[in-house]
Amino acid sequence: MRSLLHFLARHSFLLLFLVLEIVSLILIVNYNNFQRVKFLNSSNQFTGSLYEMSNNFTNYFHLNRVNEELAAENAQLRTQLQQYKLHDIISEVDSSYREDTIYQFIPAKVINNSVNKRFNYVTLNKGKLDSIEPDMGIIGPNGIVGVINNVSDHYSSGPTILNKRWGVSAKIKKNNYFGPISWDGQDYQHAELKEIPFHVQLSVGDTVITSGHSAIFPEGILIGTIESFNHKSGANFYEINVRLSTNFKTISHVELVKHNFKEERKQLEELNSDD
Amino acid sequence: MIRDLLKYLFMFVILVLLQVLLLNNIQFSGYVNPYLYVLFILLLPFDTPKYLLLILGFLLGLSIDIFSNTPGIHASSTTFMAFLRPYIIELISTRDNLEVTAPPRLKSMGAGWFLRYTVILVLAHHLFLFFIEAFTLSGFIHTLLRSLLSSVFTIILILISQFLIFKE
Repeated sequence: MRSLLHFLARHSFLLLFLVLEIVSLILIVNYNNFQRVKFLNSSNQFTGSLYEMSNNFTNYFHLNRVNEELAAENAQLRTQLQQYKLHDIISEVDSSYREDTIYQFIPAKVINNSVNKRFNYVTLNKGKLDSIEPDMGIIGPNGIVGVINNVSDHYSSGPTILNKRWGVSAKIKKNNYFGPISWDGQDYQHAELKEIPFHVQLSVGDTVITSGHSAIFPEGILIGTIESFNHKSGANFYEINVRLSTNFKTISHVELVKHNFKEERKQLEELNSDD
Repeated sequence: MIRDLLKYLFMFVILVLLQVLLLNNIQFSGYVNPYLYVLFILLLPFDTPKYLLLILGFLLGLSIDIFSNTPGIHASSTTFMAFLRPYIIELISTRDNLEVTAPPRLKSMGAGWFLRYTVILVLAHHLFLFFIEAFTLSGFIHTLLRSLLSSVFTIILILISQFLIFKE
């Protein structure tokens, strides 16, 4: 004990120095980190409005293309309308048919977007005040785009399919085999569809759509087409390279998918996972 | 004694204010940012107890930190500088120097001694400061350049202050 005290007394200068340095380091790591987070939060509104401002300028240059896209989408919707007329007849017969009330669509504009990072995100000009919530899907005129995971009062953002942290359940349209699709981080035009077993007949050009297994997207939203596929020896599943239908470099107008019975569905599915 | 205490307290306050109100706004091309406030540690009397040196250094840095929203960064580097001070004095002094009872000033210690004293401690402080601030060794050359250029500027300011204010 005495020698310990002796030791402490002899090295008190060094010890005091170390203590003060450790206190400083704790300050640096804790407080500056906290500040950084705080800064990011409060500036969200600021960066959002900045992006929107610059977007307002650049928008004019894309009017032509946007027009074309809207026209194409119009045409597509009209075709669907014809199909729904058919559905109306069915729903009169079958009261459990209510596909068209499950999902609602909210239009929004892309104000920031990236394609060249490993984790790409998109920012939209609609937020909490426009009844946007996390976990709403984002679809563009040519197919799926991403999902919302952060919402502020006037803006929302989330990963696009070009984000290695996020994937979506997809299926092949012609035979309904489904599997997860996610980005491999390579280029912004392709993603990888997995877990399709070997016995499935595939051909290049097959359409890949959303499976509707998650509450984020309705069934049948276009994802892309199969560009190539192969199976490695020893693997059980195909490696399928899907060419994405959405051109992430040009998306400007998107729609957000609102699932009206999401909570109900979630609760029901949680019951299953309990046991 | 009381007079000395007041004098150093006054110096502390003036240097902190000068730093946060004026000098922190000087940033030539993102490289040069003088940190004149370290002058306080340089000018403390030789017989200042070592532990007091550390605590004063820590408090000085912390005051700067509070004003510039960088908690810990300046505190750690001024503490480091205060820690080095006794060893540097021992290293560069001859027996003649040590017999001087006046506090360390340009006039009393001679230009050569004071310059060596200032350059070593300011460099140590700035290198520590800029590397703690960057918190990484990537961009090593860039950080090094920043600390060297700022050191030069700080040293010049310290020397000027010696001629202007502490003529005694």
